[in-house]
Amino acid sequence: MTGLEVRGLSKRFGGLVVSENIDFDLKPGDRKALIGPNGAGKSTFANLVTGILAPSGGEIRLDGRDISRMGEAHRVKLGIAKTFQITTLFPRLTVRDNIRMPILEREGRGYRLLRRADGEAGIEAEVQSLIDQFELGDLADKPVRDLAYGQQRLVEMALTLALKPRILILDEPAAGVPSSETSLITRAIERLPQDLAVLIIEHDMDLVFRVARKIVVLVQGRILTEGTPSEIAANAQVRELYLGGGHD
Amino acid sequence: MRFLPLVFVALAAAAFFVFPYDLAFLTRILIMIVLVLSVDLILGYAGVPTLGQAAMYGAGAYAAGLFAIHVWADPVAGLIIGGLAGAALAFVSGLIVMRTHGLTAIMLTIAVAQICLEIANRARDITGGAEGLRGIRMEPVLGLFAFDFIGQTGYWYALIVVCVVFAALAVIGRAPFGMSLRGIHESRDRMLAIGAPVYWRLVLAYTLGGAVAGIGGALAAQITQLVSLETLSFTLSAEALIMLILGGTGRLYGAVIGTVLFMTVHHLAAANDPFNWLFVIGGMVLAMVFFLPSGLISLGHALKGGRK
Ligand SMILES: Nc1ncnc2c1ncn2[C@@H]1O[C@H](COP(=O)(O)OP(=O)(O)OP(=O)(O)O)[C@@H](O)[C@H]1O
Ligand SMILES: [Mg+2]
Repeated sequence: MTGLEVRGLSKRFGGLVVSENIDFDLKPGDRKALIGPNGAGKSTFANLVTGILAPSGGEIRLDGRDISRMGEAHRVKLGIAKTFQITTLFPRLTVRDNIRMPILEREGRGYRLLRRADGEAGIEAEVQSLIDQFELGDLADKPVRDLAYGQQRLVEMALTLALKPRILILDEPAAGVPSSETSLITRAIERLPQDLAVLIIEHDMDLVFRVARKIVVLVQGRILTEGTPSEIAANAQVRELYLGGGHD
Repeated sequence: MRFLPLVFVALAAAAFFVFPYDLAFLTRILIMIVLVLSVDLILGYAGVPTLGQAAMYGAGAYAAGLFAIHVWADPVAGLIIGGLAGAALAFVSGLIVMRTHGLTAIMLTIAVAQICLEIANRARDITGGAEGLRGIRMEPVLGLFAFDFIGQTGYWYALIVVCVVFAALAVIGRAPFGMSLRGIHESRDRMLAIGAPVYWRLVLAYTLGGAVAGIGGALAAQITQLVSLETLSFTLSAEALIMLILGGTGRLYGAVIGTVLFMTVHHLAAANDPFNWLFVIGGMVLAMVFFLPSGLISLGHALKGGRK
């Protein structure tokens, strides 16, 4: 089968069980959201899938192939990419340089010593088209640390998309973004390539209900339930969790 | 910025005619610039601090000295040997150093240099031990320009090596490899998340830095015709780092400006007051850290009222 299959995945930090027996699928074209209270283990799950963390048990398969012991770099090459909950960019480099970096790595240019990094017309065209896609044209030659946070989130999405992933994980793309700028993020997510498999971790329910076609609810490391947005909205347990727990 | 390299070369050429009796000192500055440039590749580009760059400098100096004495006294061949020696030592030690971070990495760079110093000290039959390696007699550069005792050939030779090293590092800085080092410096996590082999990039950067330092050491051995244990000393590593921080990291010019400033102050202050000159340097470094944290190269920007 194609896509991502997670079976019986678990992760412990010492005595703390942060992921427990998680089964999860993500296929090309999927738009899934992973929601749950703070500390539920959402980011940990994302880190297990991308290889930043090693699982304590269970399996992660990509296109039927077990990748659970594979390093982060290798998984990137196979097409798994993510944006971080806290923006992780090259702050003093320009938007253009930020977006070029993953393309150079993807194309195996990283050990070149002599040619200029910005000297390949094909790569520059690709950088420019991502800049256009995310409407960053006016900011392209500014250091990203000078950008508003919402725009930085867009740069991170553009940078991650530059890897040409097949599985894209967005860890709270709207976190820390002022509400005036969330529509930028929503629009960018809506415009992602159709065949891309997308997992969005998010607390902003407006965003989740606009872009997700399936929602997975994670509580204390376990999957509580999975369903369509309307099923999840009607689910008594979920309602209690969100209304009772005082989360937005 | 485009013409800055030409300005530097012009100033260096002018210095030759203005200070004809200080060529030995001016040449020492040039040699030191090569060492400080090598630190800039590692610290300024890749963001990895080192306090052991003298290990590679000393390895290059001893390799070039021994090569000249026992094999072939051609200067350019000696530079290549020195560069290879520095690169080899940096590669082997880099395999370990780059597995660690921060303070541990710094301690390891110091340890490597101390081990090299101890080996050079013990292997007296080969290195001359505390007496230093003597008897280096170089052939003319390219078979044409013989070294003279006033140091004119040595000065031009060193200046050309500085220019070549500077240009090479500038090219590398703009190439994909140099950009990836800046990427690691800015965010190691982001580099890992885009699939970059961060560890091997750093090992290669350290190796290239070692080659440059080795070339600097070889240059010193050839021009001074002597290799002493000081080429491996902690003091040299530390001074190279201070010179770079004074000038400013990451843009190569800082290495040049910082070295010229540090060595000139050292030269003048030590002549006037051999005991207290370190206070002058210390004061300069403190002033820099407080008022110009990005080093002297940011002075123009700071005066214009811009952000650091
Ligand atoms: N490296 C670690 N070592 C120990 N405990 C950790 C580590 N990383 C996460 N945890 C713990 O695991 C739990 C889950 O963390 P995680 O970041 O995955 O939650 P989350 O669902 O992403 O929360 P949030 O919505 O706040 O981002 C938390 O209790 C956290 O303290
Ligand atoms: Mg999280």
